[in-house]
Amino acid sequence: MKRLLKNGRVVDPANGRDGVFDVLIDGDRIARVASDIAADADTTVVYVPSGFIVAPGLIDMHVHLREPGQEHKETVATGTAAAVAGGFTAVACMPNTNPVNDNAGVTDYILKKAAEANLARVYPIGAVSRGQQGEQLADIAELRDAGCVAITDDGHPVATAMLMRRALEYTRMFDMPVIEHCEEQTLKGEGVAHEGMHASALGLRGIPGEAESIMALRDISLAELTGGRVHIAHMSARQTLDAVRYGKSRGVRVTCEVTPHHFVLTDAMLGSPIPYDANVKMNPPLREAADRDAMLAGLKDGSVDAIATDHAPHHYDEKQVEFDRAPFGITGLETAVSLCFDRLVHAGVISVSRLVELLSLNPARILSVRGGALSEGAPADISVLAPDMTVTISAASMRSKSKNTPFDGWRLRGGVAATIVGGRVVYVNESGHLPMR
Amino acid sequence: MSSSIDAAVADADVIMMLRIQQERMSGAFFPSTREYFNTFGMTTERVEKAKPDVIIMHPGPMNRGVEIASEVADGPYSVILEQVSNGVAVRMAVLYLLAGGQEGD
Repeated sequence: MKRLLKNGRVVDPANGRDGVFDVLIDGDRIARVASDIAADADTTVVYVPSGFIVAPGLIDMHVHLREPGQEHKETVATGTAAAVAGGFTAVACMPNTNPVNDNAGVTDYILKKAAEANLARVYPIGAVSRGQQGEQLADIAELRDAGCVAITDDGHPVATAMLMRRALEYTRMFDMPVIEHCEEQTLKGEGVAHEGMHASALGLRGIPGEAESIMALRDISLAELTGGRVHIAHMSARQTLDAVRYGKSRGVRVTCEVTPHHFVLTDAMLGSPIPYDANVKMNPPLREAADRDAMLAGLKDGSVDAIATDHAPHHYDEKQVEFDRAPFGITGLETAVSLCFDRLVHAGVISVSRLVELLSLNPARILSVRGGALSEGAPADISVLAPDMTVTISAASMRSKSKNTPFDGWRLRGGVAATIVGGRVVYVNESGHLPMR
Repeated sequence: MSSSIDAAVADADVIMMLRIQQERMSGAFFPSTREYFNTFGMTTERVEKAKPDVIIMHPGPMNRGVEIASEVADGPYSVILEQVSNGVAVRMAVLYLLAGGQEGD
């Protein structure tokens, strides 16, 4: 069966396209991208409304699907349902499950659940160390052979400089990135919020930006020493961005990602509108305006490589406790596209083409996975985006099993019209006016 | 140069293995001997990718099941025992010459 997406604004930076084109999907592949493709008898024609964007499938390279072990928060099925509703055709999931994804058995299990759900593609990320205990390397070649695309001890930093060195040396053989949760743990201490005026006013223990940048500098130095590839996860502090720029200026193989909440929100949220709201508690914490502005500058000038959500579902009961006791993290899959359009594209920070780089092309390159481009012959993973759709975020109607988002009730400009994975339409927004099923 | 043993073995005339110095490895250079064997170990399947008249060498002592499978070490392509025997003679000769002996003595 063939499907022709007609007259959409195709934004595909890998192929240098940004303009009105037709995209012909044949089975699970992209057959052609050109102007005025003629439809034959067995082709379903979908007229893409004016202004809608046809982009290579978005890839969220940092999500927690919680399965196995914490299925009360999220499962592979609910997490990938949230992903496609958020416009993502693929997600890379973190290994801090229970048991930890430090062996091929767990990787196989996640991939089996992903195949059963049959929604977004799932790329598991393996652990750096056995049990994420920070002592001995996990069987990384085995994880890679089972389908892992990167390694990380996310949730924690790689415990020691020596272990990080060995991980970078070892993964260099496979050209796999080591994804690092940068946090100098003694400096973070018992902190729960960004160290600054707002945390002080509320009596919350602080975490300075340097807790992140010190670890980033360690890892960038080790990437330079070893020739390995390090990817800085969920960058939040301006000092860390400086560290990344320093590394890049020296030719170190370092890349980084920023979450929507770190380029939209600041620590002013700690006190207002809801004081001590556990849905503004995440790690790294929301930082001050200067940091948020630095992230925007990095997105604009190219220092930031990717936008990832750090989708971290937690059960309502777990978040409905004192701020100090609540777990870190918020969901992100179903709010990212709207926040990106509203706060980056419509705010004039970046172009749509740059947004596609950040959400699709660069994540595909960093993880060395298929996708990121609407090339002929490539798998038909396509996100149809509606940049002018008015979206009111509703936590209650989200597909994620957890509703822990600080964006509930926000009205934003920009949304997802449809998501296509391997030629199958896996999501259509009912208010998107896209005649497709 | 390649870090893929399969690429390295393809069409090889001679495969020279080397011992992993486990006694000097407190710092976990690689994850486990199991993974080392799966990733780098010389197995019958890998030998079959080399030339049909390949010879397998190893200066010994071997860690069987780590860098080399016993079937390969003791198999038809192995010249390891000859290598080790000749290695003794070569060392004797070198030591003799270094100690002042003359060629032809």
